[in-house]
Amino acid sequence: MKFLYAAYAATWVIHITYLTVLSRRFRRLRDEMQEFRKK
Amino acid sequence: MRRTFVILALLTFGLLTYALYEGLVAAPTEQTMGEVQRIFYYHVPSAITAFTLFLINFAVSIVYLARRSPRADALAVSTAEVGVVFCTVVLVTGPLWARPVWGIWWTWDARLTSTLLLWLIYVSYLILRRYSTSGQTPVIAAVLAVFGFLDVPFVYLANRLFRTQHPQPVYFGGPGSGADPRMTYALLMNMAAFFAFAALVVWLRFRLERARQDFEETQALESLIQPDVRSPR
Repeated sequence: MKFLYAAYAATWVIHITYLTVLSRRFRRLRDEMQEFRKK
Repeated sequence: MRRTFVILALLTFGLLTYALYEGLVAAPTEQTMGEVQRIFYYHVPSAITAFTLFLINFAVSIVYLARRSPRADALAVSTAEVGVVFCTVVLVTGPLWARPVWGIWWTWDARLTSTLLLWLIYVSYLILRRYSTSGQTPVIAAVLAVFGFLDVPFVYLANRLFRTQHPQPVYFGGPGSGADPRMTYALLMNMAAFFAFAALVVWLRFRLERARQDFEETQALESLIQPDVRSPR
C-alpha cells in the first residue's frame, strides 16, 4: 500500500510544484511590467 | 474569461476527486498484483496526456515553421512544458509500481529507455528555449520538436515490437488483452480528469507566454521610439 500512496502523492507533489512555479512566473512578469511602466 | 476559468477549474477539481475515488476505491482489486496495481489509474492517463500534449506540440511547431505565428509558438512551448510535467509523473510512478511487482526500480528495456529519452528530448527543448539568446530560437526549437516527436510512436510501440520487462499492452494488444469493465471505467474517468486538468494548465501557461511575448514586443517598440533612454550606451 505504501507504494500506491507514494505514487498518488508524488503525482500531486509534481503538479502542485509546477503550478507554484507557474504562479511565481506570472508574478515576476507582472512586476517587470509595472517596473517598465514606471520608467 | 476569469469566471469561465474558475468554473472550469471547479468542474475539473470535481472530476479529479471522482476519478480518484474510482481509482482508489470503486475499481476492483487486481488478482495478481493486488492494491499496488491501482497506480495504473494515474500512470497510464499521465502517459497518454503527455503523448497528446507532445502531439499538439508537434502540430503547432509545424504551423509555426509554416506561418511564424507567435500564438503557435506560445502554444508549442506551453504544451511541451506541461507535457514534460506529465512525463515526469510517468517516470516517477513507473518505478514506484515496478519495485513491489518486479523487485527492481528500473530496467533498461525498450519501453522504459525510450520514455526516458522522450523526457530528455523535451527537457532539452525547454532548456534551449530558456537559455538560447538567438533570434532564431523558436525556429530551432520547432525543428527539434518535429524530430523529437518521432520518439512518441516508438514509445507507444516499444512493448509491441520488442520483448520488454514492461507489461504487454492491456488494451489494443491483440487476443487476450483487455480488462474488467469497472477497471476500464475507472481508467477512462482518470483519463478524462487528467485531460481536463492538462487543458487548464496549458491555458494558464499559454496566457503567461502570450503576455510575455506582448511585453517583449512593447519593450522593443519603446526602445525604437526612445533609443537614447531605453537602450544601453
